[in-house]
Amino acid sequence: MNPTTPASTPNAQSIPAGHAEHYDPVIGRMGMWLFLFTEVLLFGALFIVYAVYLGMHRWEFQEASRHLDKLSGAGNTVILLTSSLTLALAIGAFARGKRGLSLGMLAGTLALAALFLIVKSFEWGAKFAHDLYPNSATMHELPPGEQVFYGLYFTMTGLHALHVIVGGVAITVVMWLIWTRKIRPDRLGVFENVGLFWHLVDLVWIFLFPLFYLIG
Amino acid sequence: MTTAAIGLSPSLPNYLDARRGILSWLLTTDHKRIGIMYLMVMMVFFAFATTMALLFRLELLSPGEQFMGSDLYNRLLTLHGVAMIFLFVIPGIPAVFGNFFLPIMIGAEDVAFPRLNLFSWYCFVLGAILALGSVMLGGPDTGWTFYVPYSAKTSHNVLVPMGAAFILGWSSILTGLNFITTVHRMRAKKMGWFQMPLFVWSLYSTGWIQVLATPVIGITLALVLLERLLGVPIFDPARGGDPILYQHLFWIYSHPAVYVMILPAMGVVSEIIPTFSRKTIFGYKLIAFSSIAIAGIGSLVWAHHMFTSGMSDVARVVFSFLTFFVAVPSGVKVFNWLATMYKGSIHLGPPMLWALTFIFLFTIGGLTGLINASLSLDIHIHDTSFVVAHFHYTMFGGGGVIFFAALHYWWPKMFGRMYKLKPAYVAIGVFFVGFNLTYFPLFVAGMLGMPRRYADYLPEYTIYHRLSTIGSWVMVSALLIMFINLFHSLFKGARAEHNPWGGATLEWQTPTPPPVLNFDGEPDLSRGAYEYPTKVEA
Repeated sequence: MNPTTPASTPNAQSIPAGHAEHYDPVIGRMGMWLFLFTEVLLFGALFIVYAVYLGMHRWEFQEASRHLDKLSGAGNTVILLTSSLTLALAIGAFARGKRGLSLGMLAGTLALAALFLIVKSFEWGAKFAHDLYPNSATMHELPPGEQVFYGLYFTMTGLHALHVIVGGVAITVVMWLIWTRKIRPDRLGVFENVGLFWHLVDLVWIFLFPLFYLIG
Repeated sequence: MTTAAIGLSPSLPNYLDARRGILSWLLTTDHKRIGIMYLMVMMVFFAFATTMALLFRLELLSPGEQFMGSDLYNRLLTLHGVAMIFLFVIPGIPAVFGNFFLPIMIGAEDVAFPRLNLFSWYCFVLGAILALGSVMLGGPDTGWTFYVPYSAKTSHNVLVPMGAAFILGWSSILTGLNFITTVHRMRAKKMGWFQMPLFVWSLYSTGWIQVLATPVIGITLALVLLERLLGVPIFDPARGGDPILYQHLFWIYSHPAVYVMILPAMGVVSEIIPTFSRKTIFGYKLIAFSSIAIAGIGSLVWAHHMFTSGMSDVARVVFSFLTFFVAVPSGVKVFNWLATMYKGSIHLGPPMLWALTFIFLFTIGGLTGLINASLSLDIHIHDTSFVVAHFHYTMFGGGGVIFFAALHYWWPKMFGRMYKLKPAYVAIGVFFVGFNLTYFPLFVAGMLGMPRRYADYLPEYTIYHRLSTIGSWVMVSALLIMFINLFHSLFKGARAEHNPWGGATLEWQTPTPPPVLNFDGEPDLSRGAYEYPTKVEA
């Protein structure tokens, strides 16, 4: 609480329901980190499921993993890592007042995110073309361990792709905020929080990639 | 003490009068109004869940089918559990009293994220409507635990209530996130961590459990939904899955969740007992740290729900040990409360009597918890009505009773009206009798082998079920007396004083009801949260 805000003056009656404006960048960042903890635990629970089933079906997991396309997985890893770099550069550029460069870097980040999703959709599409999707006939004929591997593969990469989409929307919003000059270089809270989220999305993929593509 | 602090000249309109109209409530970001809105919807859900329990308790009056089939019984039982747990006990004290009093107690104007706070309320209401609306769609019959494989296969509608639990999880996470940030960043400048009231400490620990445990249940329910909707193989053993894993994931959240239910209640007790004993709290730091300890150890005991599910002996021994261990910080609290009362100048007002009821009932609940934690005994009483009695003693005798205590303690501050004392005392007395009559026979029946959740029973258990059903009527009469008394005071009650109980925490410094921005001036922090005048004012 900041006692020097209009809050403690009599004309506070005109303020709707008590929200004197005071900027504390730490509050927003702390809220974001707590939110990221929940994301880590969300994926963490899935990693636990993965670990347990890997222990139960070691050979079948390895067999199923061989059918994933390592090249697309590796390519997507490079794409996401690069997008994290461009986003970090965008924040740095904006903090130094280089608006145009920042917008350019953000556009690059968006393009890389889109590329990631395109590669991903080709991968899923190839699996669907081989009649490999959650409730397909081919799926039901696979050994149980391979079924659960693909179940986790679709669930975890799907949830991750959902996060990429949400991150992309958030980046678009930040671009709009910069374009309309709604955020200033000394008030980077929203921008930095979107950056944190994007790095988390990146980080999750760094674990997904070896666990699904490289164990075979 | 300034004139404003004793309320002689409230210079600002209070939060109830400041703005009028339904939209001024539905779009408010004032933490006090949000707390009141939680209270209002929650009372409806509580009445709903209580009614369902009354109905199936009536069915159990005599052996054999009375007036409802086992299918309807299962659905009522499930919804009673879902509504009571997800809509009343888990969110109850944090969402209502935490929202209202956390910022005031630390001298802040509001929580850290006021709009997020309102959003949590809408999540809560949406989730609640879905959960209760699922009754119209046939209603789930899985029990509130949604165990697979049954929940993935049953023909009853479980999609809607599971989706509801997912949304309610969001509400819970956002509230926890908000409170943690508020405690870290919004405290009055002179208030250090160890000047905070203990209720704030308990909300802080609770916030961490909500943030760290809830995502696990969220994703687990989502996995079951994926399995049901799209046939994604996750828990189906025929397709490589493991249903026991579901139970682990479920309890990784749901056991810590019982501490979400009980920790804030313990915080309220730590406020009420010193106030009504006119004596500073005994062992402030131990109580504060025991909240953190409960949150920490409580996250590592989940598998004691699964002693008969199939686990290695090592795992069972470890979880049994940790379960005994988590009783230590709870015991620390109970003894600290008793030591606080020792040689105090005890005033037995309604909040204090509710708090003492809590200590009595919760001690029974806690000690029977140790029986459940013992591996060999648990094999005998697992899934019997002994467990039902145990968790009603802890959850209802704990979280529920303290919800009522908090209502009586803070009611005058929240609404500016004082309820009548005599009906309040009567309600407590009748409740105490009714509660024990309802749940104690279930301990005995459980020891004798009565399984939980069954719609019917053998004639030899008749006496226990009959006592329990009669007890439920007594208990509901007490609740009716209590709520009518409180409701009546809203319109006919005398104007409340600013500090009717002589409390020392900051909410008693501000006018009644509090102004929009919580304080007329700057709150006076020179007096500690548990410093009472040595002379007793009559």
